[in-house]
Amino acid sequence: MAAVTTGRQKFGWGTANLVVIALALIPVLWLVSLSFKTPAAVLDPSFIPASWTWGNYTQILSTTQFIRPLINSIGIGLISTFIAVVLASMAAYAVARLRFPGKSLLIGMALLIAMFPAISLVTPLFSIERALGLFNTWPGLIIPYIAFGLPLGIYTLSAFFREIPWELEKAAKVDGATPFQAFVKVIAPLAAPGMVTTAILVFLFCWNEFLFAISFTSTLASRTAPASLAYFSGASQFTVPTGPIAAAAVVITIPIIIFVVFFQRRIVAGLTSGAVKG
Amino acid sequence: MAEIVLDNVTKRYPDGALAVDKFNLDIADGEFVILVGPSGCGKSTTLNMIAGLEDISEGELRIGGQVVNNKSPKDRDIAMVFQSYALYPHMTVRENMGFALKLAKTPQNVINEKVEEAARILDLTQHLDRRPANLSGGQRQRVAMGRAIVRDPSAFLMDEPLSNLDAKLRVQTRTEVSRLQRRLGTTMVYVTHDQTEAMTLGDRVAVMRSGLLQQVASPQELYDRPANLFVAGFIGSPSMNFLGGTLEEGSLRTGLGDIPLGGRLQQELGRSGQGRQMIVGIRPEDFEDASLVPSETRHNGITFQGGVDVVESLGSEKYVYFTQELGTVDAAELTELARESGRADSGTGETVVARFDPASRVSVGDNAEIWVDVRRVHVFDPETGKNLSLGDSGSPASPAGPAGGDAPAQADAGAAGQDTGSAAAPPR
Repeated sequence: MAAVTTGRQKFGWGTANLVVIALALIPVLWLVSLSFKTPAAVLDPSFIPASWTWGNYTQILSTTQFIRPLINSIGIGLISTFIAVVLASMAAYAVARLRFPGKSLLIGMALLIAMFPAISLVTPLFSIERALGLFNTWPGLIIPYIAFGLPLGIYTLSAFFREIPWELEKAAKVDGATPFQAFVKVIAPLAAPGMVTTAILVFLFCWNEFLFAISFTSTLASRTAPASLAYFSGASQFTVPTGPIAAAAVVITIPIIIFVVFFQRRIVAGLTSGAVKG
Repeated sequence: MAEIVLDNVTKRYPDGALAVDKFNLDIADGEFVILVGPSGCGKSTTLNMIAGLEDISEGELRIGGQVVNNKSPKDRDIAMVFQSYALYPHMTVRENMGFALKLAKTPQNVINEKVEEAARILDLTQHLDRRPANLSGGQRQRVAMGRAIVRDPSAFLMDEPLSNLDAKLRVQTRTEVSRLQRRLGTTMVYVTHDQTEAMTLGDRVAVMRSGLLQQVASPQELYDRPANLFVAGFIGSPSMNFLGGTLEEGSLRTGLGDIPLGGRLQQELGRSGQGRQMIVGIRPEDFEDASLVPSETRHNGITFQGGVDVVESLGSEKYVYFTQELGTVDAAELTELARESGRADSGTGETVVARFDPASRVSVGDNAEIWVDVRRVHVFDPETGKNLSLGDSGSPASPAGPAGGDAPAQADAGAAGQDTGSAAAPPR
């Protein structure tokens, strides 16, 4: 990259970047544009709506069809994230610090779970959830989300834990701390940035998840926002609710955008941790 | 306040590596003991075992008369200062220093009192509410010391506490540590790889090499009467010169000339037969520019010619390096010492360092006449590394050989560290 110094090269890279960004952003902008169009203008191919309307937003935000799934999404996401981060931090601490038999097996299993194609698990999980009465409940989504959030959390956090000098823990022990106190009072506060990063990553995963959400829910009791989009109904059975779907898609994208804008550094740090060190 | 007794303490790692082998040391109450040795000699492991941060594989560790092998660090009443200081970055200086007391559920007003007193001693009062990240290296070091002092422990353990400071600050802090220890009168075990630090700080210094205790003695004793080749080479800067020698008819034939053997040494060596190879050790200060040696002491030594290579004038003294055809010296201890000081390639010992009086006029390229005080020459067995010249009271190989006043303590050459049991290292 040090070679990228001349004006021409800068121009070339700049153009390439613009093209990539445009390719990624145009569909999103199209979605935003659609969400502001009146139902009649949905098929109008112009990029900028001829007449702007908040109608789609007021419509989705005034029905339980969307509000309830939004609440489900937030609730399920927060609970899953909290439990996954607490468990992952303990597991990651063990992975980073302790030598115990079966450690590499544990890391391997975690990686395996993270790599496992979710679609192949849908059918067995569906049967299990039906049998256990978890189908169409919050725990029915929270449990698999934790299972898939944990490997991500363990990997990210163990990289953070590895960077905390071991001597701090020794110092805490000599100062009279039990291993648990050393973890809670010294190690965990120092790993807080790592935990926040992990929490964001796990929450984004839960928030975006669609496959399990659509498979393990059947009513508004537990359906999450991404899944609810498929159940929107139009004004009559012959109209496609394009406008409200677009508006809902924009609404559920907003938290992601906020997260990414505010925590960009953190997220990058989390995703690349372990790449250079550990 | 407590004495610390290490009784055959051994550390063996699960993979079979032996880090510390049957370590014996009695540290008296209030004593300042230094563990010194090259990296990897097991000194930090020993300290960690005393602290309870590493398990003891075999042997017994007693602090204040109690066996503490299976006690966790928090139940041993010891404080430790780490090389990296290991300050808690998320706490202020005050919280760092009070952390141990807080864990011990000391009332807050007592904590404040103690922290403030320690801060006063260490000149940290105005920094109490800052975080470690905003402190200089020296200040951090003092906070680490403060954290230890506040607890009023029965012993302090220090793991190379000065090695992260720059040279000037290190010397300054060194005297502070020494003053502090005397003021508190608390037992202190201090680990360092720096022999200067070891010599200047300790009441007693324990020299270690590959897990084995080599010698424990006062700094001066270590310097004057090293038990073996390793201690002789490790202690002293610039280090002792080693040259090969052959035993022949009451004298040692070396590249510098024939060194006559004194009474006791002759007895000692005479038994081992003629033609035997020896390693001769001479400290730089036992050389002198021959022209500056008064005629009445001249007979205590021999003179030889040497080509001057480099002259380092330090004002108060001159270090003169000269090359000489010297016998090859080959011993495991020396190889390790050379590796430690980063001159593994110069194992043959062709360069000799001498410390001359600053009045000496020698300059580079001269063929100078150099005098060696043969009374102070050490002779080592190349196989065992043992110092064979400790027999007659501090003036090894003395031709005149008047016995020194402190002879009784030095009667047995092999047991310079008698109270510790394993002074001289057996060949490994």
